[in-house]
Amino acid sequence: MLELTGVLLLFMVMAAIIAIETKDLLGAVISVTAVGFGSIIAFFYLRAPDVAIVPIVVEVVVLVILIRATLRAGLKTFIGNRPFFGYLVTVALLVVIFLAGIRVFGGLPAFGDPVVARIPDAPARAYIESGLEDTGATNVVTAVLLDYRAYDTLGEATVLFTSIVGAVAILRRKARKKPSDPEADEW
Amino acid sequence: MHYALVLMLFMIGLYGVVVKRNLIKIIISLIIMETAVNVFIVMVGYRSGGMAPIMQQTMATETFIRNSVDPLPQALVLTAIVIGLGVTALTISIAMRLYERYGTYDVREIRRLRG
Amino acid sequence: MVDLTPNRGMTPIVQTIAGWTKGLVFLFGIYIVLFGHITPGGGFAGGVILALTFVLMTLCCGKESALRKMPMHIAAELDSVGALMFLVIAWLGVWSILGGTFFTNYIAKWNRGLPYHILSSGTIPLCNIAIAVKVAVSLFLVFTLLVMTRVIHKPNE
Repeated sequence: MLELTGVLLLFMVMAAIIAIETKDLLGAVISVTAVGFGSIIAFFYLRAPDVAIVPIVVEVVVLVILIRATLRAGLKTFIGNRPFFGYLVTVALLVVIFLAGIRVFGGLPAFGDPVVARIPDAPARAYIESGLEDTGATNVVTAVLLDYRAYDTLGEATVLFTSIVGAVAILRRKARKKPSDPEADEW
Repeated sequence: MHYALVLMLFMIGLYGVVVKRNLIKIIISLIIMETAVNVFIVMVGYRSGGMAPIMQQTMATETFIRNSVDPLPQALVLTAIVIGLGVTALTISIAMRLYERYGTYDVREIRRLRG
Repeated sequence: MVDLTPNRGMTPIVQTIAGWTKGLVFLFGIYIVLFGHITPGGGFAGGVILALTFVLMTLCCGKESALRKMPMHIAAELDSVGALMFLVIAWLGVWSILGGTFFTNYIAKWNRGLPYHILSSGTIPLCNIAIAVKVAVSLFLVFTLLVMTRVIHKPNE
């Protein structure tokens, strides 16, 4: 099972490299959707069916929106990165960050040995043990989401609402001048 | 090994954000970074040979407690995915407006025409 | 060409199949929402599946078909209604008879219900419904807006 997850992650890395480096914008959009669908299968292997349902639809919506933004623009593709010296400095910096990250990840518990299995006082252990008695919900993820940590969900709803309002305000055709203007309600 | 692959995915996204000039490529890189972070957080809670954190009627509670994976990272990632969609929609709408104004997705052109 | 309505979506084959399946997809979304506290799913997953119905209608039959079922102003109001429903459910817990704190699961304190039944676990199914309405309408709104917007270079504006 661990090897399968590794193969999936390798597939995602390759799709990400193609998405970044290809010169065809449509190919890049489809490759980033491949990364997303690879993550969906990885969620299923990591025993997270709750999480795996959501990005299926999200990836489709992002694909359609990105294609819409890419195709109708009469697009001139252009090649080329930053100037050579700045590019070299950037890549060197990224490699340094990568190596430091490898060192940091060495201090984490090994993959497949989570905190909930090692520490008896971990909060997640309380959720697993007493979730059914406290809330009556057999799906522990929903119990955490809407009972134990409902503030998190409230904040998520606020952020989603704000971002949608921002998108609507940016994309609206004309600014609303007068409240009595009959054309002001046009989207 | 697995964490290194996820970190590599994240670094590819960071490379795209820093180096690329096309706004659509930058948005794509942001989506890749977000996917990497989501997969990493779910991976932290994985228990080898574990089961999904959903109780079944035929199973004893003791078995469930011993085998279930960590439900907390999954709950956090579930909200993060929906927020990621909102952020992506916001960035794409800003990019569309910039295209209407400047006629290009090139970041340097947009910067040059300012003011 | 058999297609009698140009620029109004795809071919009649696709439109007919989409007409058959969109009800099933909507029903599946409702199932995922209502059984979110028992089986995998919940408000977020069910909400995005409900929004997928409108995405399907927009892609296959044109945006008029989806906007006839749910006009923009109703969608904007439903978005607020979902958020308000979630807040009202949370605020009722502040009432001292029910619990005294924000987000108390007051129904589960009074009667938890039988496990593995749909009428169990207190306020969680109600919160699931509120979240599902919010997520579905938000997704529909942003998708329709981004698809409707035409990307044209207008330098003189």
